[in-house]
Amino acid sequence: MAMGAKNNKPTKTVRPDPKDPATIKDRLLAKYPPKVARKRAKQIVVNKVKPGGDVPVISSNVRTVPGLIGQRGCCYAGCKGVVLGPTRDIINITHGPIGCGFYSWLTRRNQTDPDSGDGQNYMPYCFSTDMQDEEIIFGGEKKLKQAIQEAYDNFKPKAIAVFATCPVGLIGDDVHAVCREMKAKLGINVFGFSCEGYKGVSQSAGHHIANNGIFKHVVGLDDTVKEGNYRINLLGEYNIGGDAFEIERLFEKCGITLVSSYSGNSSIDQFANSHTADLNLIMCHRSINYVAEMMETKFGVPWIKVNFIGAAATAKSLRKIAQYFDEPELTAVVEKVIAEEMPAVEAACADVRSRTEGKRAMLFVGGSRAHHYQELFNELGMKTLSAGYEFGHRDDYEGRRVLPDIKVDADSRNIEELAIEPDPERFNPRISEEKKADLEAAGLKFAEYEGMMPEMEDGSLVIDDPSQHETDELIKQFKPDIFCAGIKEKYAVQKHGIPLKQLHSYDYGGPYAGFKGAVNFYKEIDRMVNSKVWQYMRAPWEEHPELSATYAWE
Amino acid sequence: MLLRHTPTEIKERSALTVNPAKTCQPIGAMYAALGIHGCLPHSHGSQGCYAYHRSALTRHYKEPVVAATSAFTEGASVFGGQANLVQAIDNIFTVYNPDVIAVHTTCLSETIGDDVPQIFAKAKADGKVPEGKYVLHASTPSYVGSHVTGFANMTKAMVDYFAESNGRRAKTVNLIPGYVEPSDMTEIRRIAELMGVPTIMFPDTAKVLNGPLTGKYRMFPEGGVTIEELKKSGSSVGTIAMGRTASMPAARALDAKCKVPCEILGLPLGLHGTDAFVDTLRRMAGVSVPAALNLERGQLVDSISDWHQYLYGKRVALVGDPDQVLALTRFLVALDMQPVHIITGTPAGKKYEKSLREAVAGVPADVNIKVPGDMLLFHQWIKNAPVDLIIGNTYAKYIAKDEDTPLIRYGFPIYDRLGHSYFATMGYRGALRLLEKLLDAILDRKDRDADDIDMELVM
Repeated sequence: MAMGAKNNKPTKTVRPDPKDPATIKDRLLAKYPPKVARKRAKQIVVNKVKPGGDVPVISSNVRTVPGLIGQRGCCYAGCKGVVLGPTRDIINITHGPIGCGFYSWLTRRNQTDPDSGDGQNYMPYCFSTDMQDEEIIFGGEKKLKQAIQEAYDNFKPKAIAVFATCPVGLIGDDVHAVCREMKAKLGINVFGFSCEGYKGVSQSAGHHIANNGIFKHVVGLDDTVKEGNYRINLLGEYNIGGDAFEIERLFEKCGITLVSSYSGNSSIDQFANSHTADLNLIMCHRSINYVAEMMETKFGVPWIKVNFIGAAATAKSLRKIAQYFDEPELTAVVEKVIAEEMPAVEAACADVRSRTEGKRAMLFVGGSRAHHYQELFNELGMKTLSAGYEFGHRDDYEGRRVLPDIKVDADSRNIEELAIEPDPERFNPRISEEKKADLEAAGLKFAEYEGMMPEMEDGSLVIDDPSQHETDELIKQFKPDIFCAGIKEKYAVQKHGIPLKQLHSYDYGGPYAGFKGAVNFYKEIDRMVNSKVWQYMRAPWEEHPELSATYAWE
Repeated sequence: MLLRHTPTEIKERSALTVNPAKTCQPIGAMYAALGIHGCLPHSHGSQGCYAYHRSALTRHYKEPVVAATSAFTEGASVFGGQANLVQAIDNIFTVYNPDVIAVHTTCLSETIGDDVPQIFAKAKADGKVPEGKYVLHASTPSYVGSHVTGFANMTKAMVDYFAESNGRRAKTVNLIPGYVEPSDMTEIRRIAELMGVPTIMFPDTAKVLNGPLTGKYRMFPEGGVTIEELKKSGSSVGTIAMGRTASMPAARALDAKCKVPCEILGLPLGLHGTDAFVDTLRRMAGVSVPAALNLERGQLVDSISDWHQYLYGKRVALVGDPDQVLALTRFLVALDMQPVHIITGTPAGKKYEKSLREAVAGVPADVNIKVPGDMLLFHQWIKNAPVDLIIGNTYAKYIAKDEDTPLIRYGFPIYDRLGHSYFATMGYRGALRLLEKLLDAILDRKDRDADDIDMELVM
């Protein structure tokens, strides 16, 4: 087999890097004022996986140093942009000055298929109260109320959500009171999010606030049990570039019923009855684990971690689902589907692997992608030299085993933790404790995410919330063959002559999830690491600056 | 349908903006600051602001856009951002070593009332601003005006902080190009050079946001107005401000501070817009217009006459920033086209709206104008009274596709096409390019829609 479909590790040994990671770390820190260097030193870790899976502690989910230039966004971006943005049939009103709504307008590439539902789709629209100085001085609640009314009058949506921006919290507008009032008046679901940009230390706070809000205001409103076998929710999949469509295709082929997606290609109606599913699958642990935890406590729906990035990971995730439901029929279909899908993947991989083998990658992105995409690079025979998250927490790096050790600081304490109790009528553990224990003994782990670092090689550099300076130094030191990050890093990295693959927007390509996505990614990386473009940077006269002419005559 | 819920029926809205035709002040301030050589823009707000602004500018230019942030947390929002900004200034000069840091405020820091000059004084007293390095700031609350206002405020701050009069008048003319593309700034300078006029242009984003690929990343690229030039701007013979909304505050400030007289013009866009610029520059500098420039003008007029039949009477819907919209309206009217739906998202004022109404006074059709308006209303107007052509930024493509109407991308942002960074639309050459774009859009549609019998080889 050309690629290790069942084995993530590269089949050929990659040439060892002569660079000592500890020395590189020192170099990254050398320029910093002492206090900054001390702080950053805890966020830059040389990986070392101990037997049993323990890894070094990495400081993460901590404040960004002012002036250092990182890539993080804000709480509003995490709440409105990431988690709620991909749901098509809610009118999302940004309560604040115009910018926040404008910048989060269609820029995240969450695809959706409204005609698979009732045809409603407000995602191509941007709704804002466009706050003026008048409202900053006298309060914006009146304008917000009127804006909700106008949204209703013009569009008659089934739900309206309101997102608070920085000044709203400062002037003390009570968006929740306004939403309650308008909900009663209009008779549709209207709910608010206090996701002011300054909350928390990154967009991660916004994910948490979004999870809380959906859980409080939407989940459990509809107890209708959707027909179909093997009923699951897919959480933390945002349908960038059509990823969710590819995963949905596989579910359909396997006879697995998708009740709700959080939140790629989703509708609010799906959230409302998502608690009727029998299993929650988590893709992006960082952004969505809260909903899964709350749903388990309140309704008894267990969750497992999956990953549909990478062909081997996709196969593994499908097998995990089959293992959970433990029906021979499903197991057989899943195996059949994997057997059907893999030949095309293997052929594509075999084609590109001779050109990608041994190349070196770096990934600094998100709260799960920097981990997940290492799967695809492994399949291509490429080595991940260094990786890190923008807004991950320690559990995303080191695994949930460290959760009890995480100190909650002031910034995180300000984010509400909902007190959830089992629902008196609807709590229904989907599987018995004995069954769960049996499955765990067989290797299926519930409510577990092992994190990125245990799967990375010893000596690789793990860097949390890297700065512009560190990125620049890393590139100069390692000269990787490809760098994966986002739009803000893209062109600075490429000026160095090194291709950058955007793993937020996929550079407007994709899908990269599932089997078809893996093939797309192999081809894309082959294109990028073998592009001729980077040879064009020097003109002939820079290569040969001598002035005497030679005359060629044919 | 992309915008499937847009109702044809227009209901008056007083509180809800849908599909805005503007964004907030800070991004304009960031763009202007990038037009200072060796400058690192700094956003005094939470991290989301600079992340969004950098992303938006990067998508538009496909170039690195580096800026820093005070990274406000909840604590800073309560106790004020002084500690964050002082620390940021220290870190920026230590780690990145720019010549100058240009701080702009945000709705967050404005609402809590941070006093940036006082914070600068503290940073200087603490020795955080090294010898020979500069800081400047503009107050840019997001809840006032638009991105164009932010640009105007940062441009004015360049005057407030640096312009000085040395008591003598140099031969230089200050050119304030307005919120235009780096390519436009290059073109405006080229025209002045053709006329032999020494100039100081600020801001100047040419070679900053359209730099080359060489294998070396320079955080502070070659372009941009230098602090030395900004200082000397106070001794220039005069100032030409292009675009009332974006450039007038800086020109007025220079007049007040250093007694440099100014002329406030529209953008040098289209035939008459460029004529006004060239004529003003000629008089101000006391030079004559060279043959080369007369040739360019003549070629433009020649092309207009050659292709007039395809332009005449065509109905156009136009949305964009105020200075561009006014100049484009005048150009379209000069071409005998009919701008019938006109919107800018920027609250540009009554005087501005009056100029716009004067510009369309002779158009033989009903003309809708809204200042400020949004792109939902713009779309509704088009639904109610269709047009032959839409001119607007990338977001207008959703309208264009739904209404099956040709689109010319113009303005900010353009996220989905190459060109604006490199090919100017200012000056006679730029007008020729605009003319080409207009004709391409109109004639491509004509060819597409022609049945076999009506297909024309020659046009």
